[in-house]
Amino acid sequence: MEESRSRLYQGNEACVEGAIAAGMRFFAGYPITPSTEIAELCSVRLPQVGGTFIQMEDEIASMAAVCGASLAGLKAMTATSGPGFSLKQENIGFAAEAEIPCVIVNVQRVGPSTGMPTSPAQGDLMQARWGRHGDQEIVVLSPAYVDEVYSLTIEAFNIAEELRTPVILLMDEVVGHLREKVTLPKPGDLVIKDRKKPVPGSRYLPYAPGEGEDGDVPPLAAFGDGFRFHVTGLTHGPDGFPTNSPSVGEPQIKRINSKISSRREKLCKAEELFTEDADILVVSFGSSARSAKKAVKDLRAVGVKVGLLRLITLWPFPEHVIQRIAAGKLKAVIVPEMNLGQLAREVRRCLDGRAPVIGVNRVAGKLIEPADVIRAVQEVK
Amino acid sequence: MGSDLTKYLRVEKLPHIWCAGCGHGIVTQAIVRAIDELGLDPAKVTIVSGIGCSSRAPGYMNFDTLHTTHGRAIAFATGVKLARPELKVIVITGDGDAAAIGGNHLIHAARRNIDLTVVCYNNSIYGMTSGQYSPVTPLGSFASTAPYGMVERPFDLCELVMGAGGTFVARSTTYHARHLTNVIKQAIQHKGFSFVDALSQCPTYFGRRNNMKDALAMLNWYKENAVSRDDWAKMPPAERGSKFPIGVFRDEEAPEYCETYRKVIEKAMEEVGAK
Repeated sequence: MEESRSRLYQGNEACVEGAIAAGMRFFAGYPITPSTEIAELCSVRLPQVGGTFIQMEDEIASMAAVCGASLAGLKAMTATSGPGFSLKQENIGFAAEAEIPCVIVNVQRVGPSTGMPTSPAQGDLMQARWGRHGDQEIVVLSPAYVDEVYSLTIEAFNIAEELRTPVILLMDEVVGHLREKVTLPKPGDLVIKDRKKPVPGSRYLPYAPGEGEDGDVPPLAAFGDGFRFHVTGLTHGPDGFPTNSPSVGEPQIKRINSKISSRREKLCKAEELFTEDADILVVSFGSSARSAKKAVKDLRAVGVKVGLLRLITLWPFPEHVIQRIAAGKLKAVIVPEMNLGQLAREVRRCLDGRAPVIGVNRVAGKLIEPADVIRAVQEVK
Repeated sequence: MGSDLTKYLRVEKLPHIWCAGCGHGIVTQAIVRAIDELGLDPAKVTIVSGIGCSSRAPGYMNFDTLHTTHGRAIAFATGVKLARPELKVIVITGDGDAAAIGGNHLIHAARRNIDLTVVCYNNSIYGMTSGQYSPVTPLGSFASTAPYGMVERPFDLCELVMGAGGTFVARSTTYHARHLTNVIKQAIQHKGFSFVDALSQCPTYFGRRNNMKDALAMLNWYKENAVSRDDWAKMPPAERGSKFPIGVFRDEEAPEYCETYRKVIEKAMEEVGAK
């Protein structure tokens, strides 16, 4: 008899199982609520598949070890929450600049500062995008369901490998701790991507763009493969060595940005419900989008022309999707989120005055309920 | 003697950025000479560094090289080593990088006894930023941020690493270049965490502020003040003054972290295989 592919997973557990299915063989972490189960499960599961878990001395070291392991050829991940995410930022920036594939999970909790460690929030939307110094695009994915945690963790690794970049999986405490059914894909249905490697024996320029469709993402050798290459956080030339020349440095900085921004349409995933004829649009993400979806369905049942846009990819921002929907006649856009208006601000920027944007916001751990969204829609009507 | 060391260097990247009279070239030479004398396969050596003058050395060294963020070299190196335990991983760091911003990683790598060799290019000053005091700047010395003399008590890095459980700990100086090479060789051969405190002169930002106007004066200071570990032990504390010990202070065997974790993997795989 075929083994059942159904599992009851906690969100954090689905993240670990998705990561292992994607080929993660290294995890470095540091205990922090509400992400700790990810580290705990990695300590159990990774050695079972020949991988390595280490609890580092701090959050900074975890991110550093992830970069080191990835450069030595392993798919690597770390997980944290707000305070730890702040600490990791410098080395996430290093991974972006040095083009090191890796996945960073942030199970969001209430901030600022220590905040409410066991309560959910979505206040790191902008920190995920802008938390590092200098110009860099970043890919940020945000699941709302436990089965989506599984599939998006795999997707995060695939994007990291294909684009040689750090990818952030932005969860929240609700999604991290919720238990739901996950149907595991059949082994043949899994799509797993691996980084391009240079041809053995060839002259290797680790930061030189090549020809063709994905030529803007250079191949990545592993330490120990015999290429003897240099990696630095200093602005560097195609050979990987530091430069102070603006004419060499500017193309490098622009390329690490454009390799993401030029793929906006390919990278942006979203769920749309009743958006074709909606005159009120609800835009949300993560666990808040679950309440938004319920509200939209309830309102449709009584004939209100409301639609839902649930963002799965948060960054690069799906401007084109919002603008397409807004090309119709929108009376208003409602943005429920567990912060004081970070997503609403971005939606407002995209709409550029075409429709009013109304926030539904909570910041101290209380969830946004469907009734909150319904009330906001009714106030517009 | 006589082996051509330039094959271990990226000669096309020279000249280096270090000031005239800087000791860092001597320490770098000691490392590549140690690698040469040990006959290591250059393709299986990875050099990792942090930020500062010392940490620019890997850019000139022809191996897999990783120039990381300030203080974090040992943590990056831990990831490299765990991912590929067959590699020889050598960390090049400075006294500010290793003992101030990176102090946490130094003590925890020593505690784990992970097989890394850390060579600290110790010039007792922040050279790259032009001469601020570090955690090892001697009491009373002058620095750009210690204009009235250093008032913080310094670390003895060897004592620090031994206190944290490091299993190989040694010190030498750029004056004692052959001795320095030998202790680095022993450190690389040691299975477990090894630490070499390599005192290296900074005439530009330390010497000139502290009555040692050039590299020669600083090398002479090392010559006159360094005493062997055994002589140091016999020396009455009252006579020690500005003198300091060099040599191998600890060389012990203890379970190495990667090997221990390998057993965890074997056990875990066996358990699931048995299901």
